[in-house]
Amino acid sequence: MRILVVGAGPAGTRCALRTAGRVPGAQVLLAGAEPALPYDRVALSKHLVGDLTQEALITHTLADLRAAGVSYRPGTRIERLDLTAREAITARGERIPYDRCVIATGSRSFRLPLPGADLPGVIAWRDLAESRQMLQVARDGGPAVVIGGGLLGLEAAVGLAARGMKVTVLHAVGWPMERQLDYDAGTLLANRLRARGLTIHMPAATVAIEGKERAEAVLLKSGERIPARLVAMCVGVRPNVDLAKVSGLEVARGIVADAAMHTSDPNVLAIGECAEVEGRLIGLVAPALEQAEIAAATIAGEAAIWAPRAESAALKVSGTHVWSGGEVAPANAEAVTLRAGESYRRLWWREGRLVGAVLYGDTSEAGFYQILIASGRPVASRADAALGQAYLKDAA
Amino acid sequence: MDALPPPSGLTRTTCPYCGVGCGVLAAPDGRIAGDTEHPANKGRLCSKGTALGETLDLPGRLLHPEVGGKRASWGAALDAVAEGFRKAQADLGRDGVALYVSGQLLTEDYYAANKLAKGFLGTANIDSNSRLCMASAVAAHKRAFGEDVVPGLYEDLEEAELVVLVGSNLAWCHPVLFQRIAAARAMRPNMRLVIVDPRRTPSAEGADLHLGIRPGSDVALFNALLAHLHDRGLADHSYVYAHTQGLDATLTAAHADAAHAAQRTGLDPADLATFVDWFASTPRTVTLWSQGINQSETGTDGANAIINCHLLTGRIGKPGAGPFSVTGQPNAMGGREVGALGHVLAGHLDWSVPGEADLVRGHWNAPNLAVGPGLKAVDLFRALGAGRIGALWVMATNPAVSLPEAEAARDAMRRAPFLVVSEVMRDTDTAGFAHVRLPALGWAEKDGTVTNSERVISRQRAFLPPPGEARQDWWIVAQVAARLGWGAEFAWPDAAAIFREHAALTGLGNNGTRAFDISGLADLSDADYAALPPTRWPVPAGGTAKPRFFADGAFPAGRARFVPVAHKPRPEGNGLLTLLTGRLRDQWHTMTRTGGVPRLMAHKPEPELVVHPADAGGLPDGSLARITGHEGASAVLRLRHDAGQRRGTAFAPMHWTAERAPAARINGTIPPVVDPVSAQPALKSARVALSAFAPAWHGFLIARRSLGPVVADWVALALAGPGLFRHELAGAEAPEDAFTRLSALLEELGTEWVRLDDPAAGLHRAALMRQGRAEAVLFIGPDHRLPPRDWLVGLLAGEGVASAAALLAGRPADGPPPSPTLCVCNGVSVDTVCRALRQGCGSVAAVGEATRAGTSCGSCRPEIAALLAADMVPA
Repeated sequence: MRILVVGAGPAGTRCALRTAGRVPGAQVLLAGAEPALPYDRVALSKHLVGDLTQEALITHTLADLRAAGVSYRPGTRIERLDLTAREAITARGERIPYDRCVIATGSRSFRLPLPGADLPGVIAWRDLAESRQMLQVARDGGPAVVIGGGLLGLEAAVGLAARGMKVTVLHAVGWPMERQLDYDAGTLLANRLRARGLTIHMPAATVAIEGKERAEAVLLKSGERIPARLVAMCVGVRPNVDLAKVSGLEVARGIVADAAMHTSDPNVLAIGECAEVEGRLIGLVAPALEQAEIAAATIAGEAAIWAPRAESAALKVSGTHVWSGGEVAPANAEAVTLRAGESYRRLWWREGRLVGAVLYGDTSEAGFYQILIASGRPVASRADAALGQAYLKDAA
Repeated sequence: MDALPPPSGLTRTTCPYCGVGCGVLAAPDGRIAGDTEHPANKGRLCSKGTALGETLDLPGRLLHPEVGGKRASWGAALDAVAEGFRKAQADLGRDGVALYVSGQLLTEDYYAANKLAKGFLGTANIDSNSRLCMASAVAAHKRAFGEDVVPGLYEDLEEAELVVLVGSNLAWCHPVLFQRIAAARAMRPNMRLVIVDPRRTPSAEGADLHLGIRPGSDVALFNALLAHLHDRGLADHSYVYAHTQGLDATLTAAHADAAHAAQRTGLDPADLATFVDWFASTPRTVTLWSQGINQSETGTDGANAIINCHLLTGRIGKPGAGPFSVTGQPNAMGGREVGALGHVLAGHLDWSVPGEADLVRGHWNAPNLAVGPGLKAVDLFRALGAGRIGALWVMATNPAVSLPEAEAARDAMRRAPFLVVSEVMRDTDTAGFAHVRLPALGWAEKDGTVTNSERVISRQRAFLPPPGEARQDWWIVAQVAARLGWGAEFAWPDAAAIFREHAALTGLGNNGTRAFDISGLADLSDADYAALPPTRWPVPAGGTAKPRFFADGAFPAGRARFVPVAHKPRPEGNGLLTLLTGRLRDQWHTMTRTGGVPRLMAHKPEPELVVHPADAGGLPDGSLARITGHEGASAVLRLRHDAGQRRGTAFAPMHWTAERAPAARINGTIPPVVDPVSAQPALKSARVALSAFAPAWHGFLIARRSLGPVVADWVALALAGPGLFRHELAGAEAPEDAFTRLSALLEELGTEWVRLDDPAAGLHRAALMRQGRAEAVLFIGPDHRLPPRDWLVGLLAGEGVASAAALLAGRPADGPPPSPTLCVCNGVSVDTVCRALRQGCGSVAAVGEATRAGTSCGSCRPEIAALLAADMVPA
């Protein structure tokens, strides 16, 4: 059986390796649009900040892949699938036949439709090539602006600052990482980053990027103008559904897939950030890898389905561990907060059950709260629960 | 005559707590040991006595005289006192002044105060806090014997075959006597112990019979006993015939109650029958009573009802037999002896006996001797409130806390034209009202004698120098007397001179007519006085001293008098509870001394109200409850359910003051009802309504400084360790507001909070950290269900290092649950004892061997026995 995996990100690579291992006689081809070997996209920020070399980002060497039974073709962009012929057509017009195709094209960074957004020096950071561009600009120092105070934006800011730039973060909401953090945790994080030299404007609305040849400044709605040799745009991602669209697969926000990862075509599967599995988009690597495993099982003919776990995110921002699970700051829940020095923990309860949690600084109890959220188990004392598993007398 | 010299570096002295009067060996560095040479204790000490060394360096001492709240010289302060008394008498006459003194005074101090009042101020308006303690016993003795005499000895408690404790939680209030009984019972297992008490107190643990009697029905019980003894022909007819009078009328009254005894006492008829059988069949019976009898509107009758039974059977003054009143205070007996009570003169002399006033007048050279009895405690403070007393001098007592209708008493002192307080501590509730504060010497510093409950006079000897400018009470009295023009009559050089003068008075005109005769000590040299060993009176100058009284029928009254007494029903029901009040094991009076010792505070660190679970009206154990009594006055205490509490009653300790728990002072709820004979207040008869106290928040704060007793609507403040203060708190404001307000009071530079907040639940917990050490913990919650404090107290008393989560949980992660301390001396927790019981320790002694609990002072042994008895310990 010929299996084509489109996209050599973490999900695609995992799926290719698992399929090769599980399906007897499988011929697995992993096609990546980027020229590099599969690399750890999540670790790009470490590379930007200077903690990891580019080589250290590589997760699998060619030899590794070959030994696992995976053929790897870098720099191979798939333009279209001929669903009827079961062939993939590359940008160069090459046709690659398949019995099963797995689409793992991930997502694209979103570029704000601002005047000047296309100027050189404006980078919507997503991949290794863009990292290299940013490092190049940073070499000469000077002011940089990061638009977007989400995880990626803060990582970009910390990285650029570490590379010697004077960085200003612009964020539309009153606190950073609002999807993962509530106001108080976000404020702790912002204060910590400010103490480390970042300038953060929140909430801030950007109206234009100014410059003649290249980006020179960012103009805010308030009228303030912030000089910038580099503008990193980190305002979120969109599922990369281009291939699926042109190929005639059903697409909603992402590529529509069922719990076994089947798309609207029985021979095509979709996984990771490009897929909308049972109506749900994902944005983190852990569920993407789970979906990769499910897709491999499906191809192997096993009855596997993806059961989404409660949303959770374990992150590390500028040396600070952050974890969130379930609903963050939901309106109709009661919050219990633990503050100890630089660490912060807030749990949201509804009818005696934990529905969401944010841990900042100390995330050692993340697993415990993940289980409490997932199980919906009522607890005897939410104060004890907030102190950790060891203090909850009825903890399993 | 000399006692053995004490071991090197130690001073032989006497414990300042209860009326047992134990001998103590003490050193300036705080070493304390029981004196094996002292007949009262033979080396034993209780938990309080053992901790005496920790009371020597109390903060809060009054070290300089103060006038109008400002430091003054002794000269200025004494001038002010003399002038205040002079002016009051000029305005209001002789009886326009008063002294209110204390069983904490030494006999010499007591004597000086009495002499000043009755002899020279010319008023008998001097009464003692002993009025609150044993006035009914005094009155009963006088009615029955003609003089206030305790016939027996402590040894009788050991030699008896039946000991009946009536209204006495001896295990907590006179622990060494209880231990002596316990030791005797261990030697002679047939010896029986019966407890008559509405509460199943620790004294009842291990007793052969507990009679959970209806409060105030003691007369009915002993009338029933008297009738039974008589009807069974157990009267000692020859003794009765030869030495007593009044039996017929007394029997008539007794029979009237006997017919209804079970109903009137509320006792199971079978238990009642057992009791009278045992009493009837045991000639060697001691009936010991204390405040449960005395502090009653029928206290004197109750005591006489007991004495009647002993007179009838001739069981009095014999080894192992007799009625036995034990006093609450270290020198209540000394006060009785010198006559520092409004109704007697001095030295057991009385106005009512012709010629006795002349004896005193002559002895004192006091032509202005008071002509008749003066005001007694409750009336004295009422007179103060009514403006009839222009100057009051309070010595060594805290009437703002201890009197009934305490709010009225406080108000009277607040409005007093001139109030002098002689005190060891600067900030007692009473001293707060004083115009002049006079610094008195404390236990370790003063020199004189005390008399215990078995008539043994013991020396209290100074072993520490006077702190600051503090002076002994008799010196202060003498200085004021001198300023009023009576210097010659008060020119004693030392306590020995006073003692000799006192002793001489007891022999005047005494040809065996008065039992109290220590004229044999009137010529003690200073050296003999200094070395005086424990000496039981009488010590007549000529005759021989007998150890016990009245077996020979030689009553001061000629014949002993049976006193006809009748049960007086008390109101019951109406949804009200009878408030029984009393002492705790490790506390003394208003806590001015024991409250400064953390390990003593650990036993009951907050004021508790004990009720039978069925009387709790649905209020949960551990919640805060309000009792409302006299004229709507109320108090709020922590509610404890105890099935050993008689239905319809409640128990509260009398120790808590405005200094530590302003809202838990109970005496405001107690009406000024007194015994008509003794004028002793009925401190255990108040009728109170129980209701919820439902604050918006409950909390506690453990901190290295005190935020004081008014930092919340309800506060109980206790020293939890050296420089560590436990505040139990509750209030009406929103929990979050309380947390914000209290935490702001604690913050200091260099500290930061770790905290847990559940605002929707009204829960806030925080620990104030300084360089990784906890400085304070503040817990606030919506109800009383807060974590136990013990672990946190121990942590803050020590290194204070724990994880934030453990601090905010109040316990270590996965650690054993905190357990309160049971044995104070050896620091053994309830948990440890329970574990030993589970491991098979089947007796208090076995628990002691396994854990050391109960092996030092022994005061906790009844509680260990209770754990042993209760099925609290799953096998």
